[in-house]
Amino acid sequence: MQIDFKHRLSAHCESGVSSNLLFHYGVDISEAMVFGVGAGLFFGYLPFIRINHLPLTTFRCEVGGILKRLTRKLGVKIHFEKFRNSEKAMAALDRSLESGIPVGCRVGAYWLPYFPSAYRFHFNMHNLVVYGKEGDDYLISDPVFPEIQRCSHQDLVKARFAQGALAPKGTMYYLTHVPKDIDLRGPIYKGIKEVCHRMLKVPGPIIGVRGIRFLAGQLEKWPRKLGKRKASLYLGQLVRMQEELGTGGAGFRFMYAAFLQESAGILEENRLLDLSDRMTRAGDLWRSFAVIGARNCKDRATESDSFGAMADILRDCALKETEIYKELLTLVKK
Amino acid sequence: MKVNEVPQERGIMPEDLHEVCYAVDEGGNYVLAESVGWEPKNVANDQAWEVIHAQVADALEKIHAGRQSPLAFHMAINQMNISLLAKYVRMNRWRVKRHLKPDVFKGLKPDMFRRYAEVFGITVEQLMKVPSNATHCFKKVLHPCR
Repeated sequence: MQIDFKHRLSAHCESGVSSNLLFHYGVDISEAMVFGVGAGLFFGYLPFIRINHLPLTTFRCEVGGILKRLTRKLGVKIHFEKFRNSEKAMAALDRSLESGIPVGCRVGAYWLPYFPSAYRFHFNMHNLVVYGKEGDDYLISDPVFPEIQRCSHQDLVKARFAQGALAPKGTMYYLTHVPKDIDLRGPIYKGIKEVCHRMLKVPGPIIGVRGIRFLAGQLEKWPRKLGKRKASLYLGQLVRMQEELGTGGAGFRFMYAAFLQESAGILEENRLLDLSDRMTRAGDLWRSFAVIGARNCKDRATESDSFGAMADILRDCALKETEIYKELLTLVKK
Repeated sequence: MKVNEVPQERGIMPEDLHEVCYAVDEGGNYVLAESVGWEPKNVANDQAWEVIHAQVADALEKIHAGRQSPLAFHMAINQMNISLLAKYVRMNRWRVKRHLKPDVFKGLKPDMFRRYAEVFGITVEQLMKVPSNATHCFKKVLHPCR
């Protein structure tokens, strides 16, 4: 049994799944638009949360947040379900497939057999769409893979019931109602506003542009505080968070710039084109940070590649992004 | 980032795969561009694997010195710590910790071996065996194209 589902490759799993699911119901919405309307852009430096003993830096919002905000704004109804029992979870999945409904699942990437071994880490925030079953195999549209994939019943159970931080607990979801006409203008304004508020106005030092500056200050102290080896590990983790599988480059900054550009057309607002351009340049800065960071990890840093220099790049990123969000805010406020 | 600047530096990504990233074309429009990897990412990923490699090597050393049970190797190669493994086998952490002792591990019931083997996706015989050194465990990971 197989549902006629169009698989489109995307840069990020959650926005890709959302975009593909909506496309199945006749709403042609790009991944970048999903990301913007769902207000996915974020920055948080959370040193008290550790991943492999290294502090967490995040460039995106909480897991599931994009989908939640997107569906709410577009008036799309979505059904979420969690399970305690794996048999019930798989039975529910089978039932949906039999009624012709493609199902989104949150899974632990470590247990997916088609993941290349080099990418198999315990990471419980991966999303994919199950759209069919052939014998014991499930047909999977995994948005970060170019081709469709297969996964056996046993492996999918393991992935859906992965353990550890943010365990998915068999989470699955499917769309139950999609309105006929969707006007993106309102949702775009709201999505931009949410991101600006988050980046500029959340109190405390660790979230938003203040978080970027805070990270810059901390990063400068790493070599002295942690020693060379540990500082290099911290840095490596940061580069991975920013660039690894699924950000579309520069910690989602390029994807957001693409969203701003697309919005400029829909809203007929030329100032957004300029802001998109500036966001691209901010993204380029983040990329240059990653280049120097990697050189430090490999111990090939030159004199000008010091941690101080990297901190300055981050401060520059914070400054540029602050200006962008401030201007975006005045633009959407009217 | 411009489309012609999109890096194509294959590192750990297998040959039949690529990913997409967002880049600007000549007309200034955003497009999805294919990439097969980027050196800074490769470096950061290699580094993450080095850490796992070191953990596995450390576990093997302790096992061969008779200070830990084979469980320590399978735990390390599956990137788990005691608390994560305990969650997968649905046991208390102290029990898993106890099973890391060679003598305790030897005396476990077959049922318990099966429980561990199932979590790691291997057979009970494989659970009992450990390689002599860590290097060849990572061949597939670090050189997928070779």
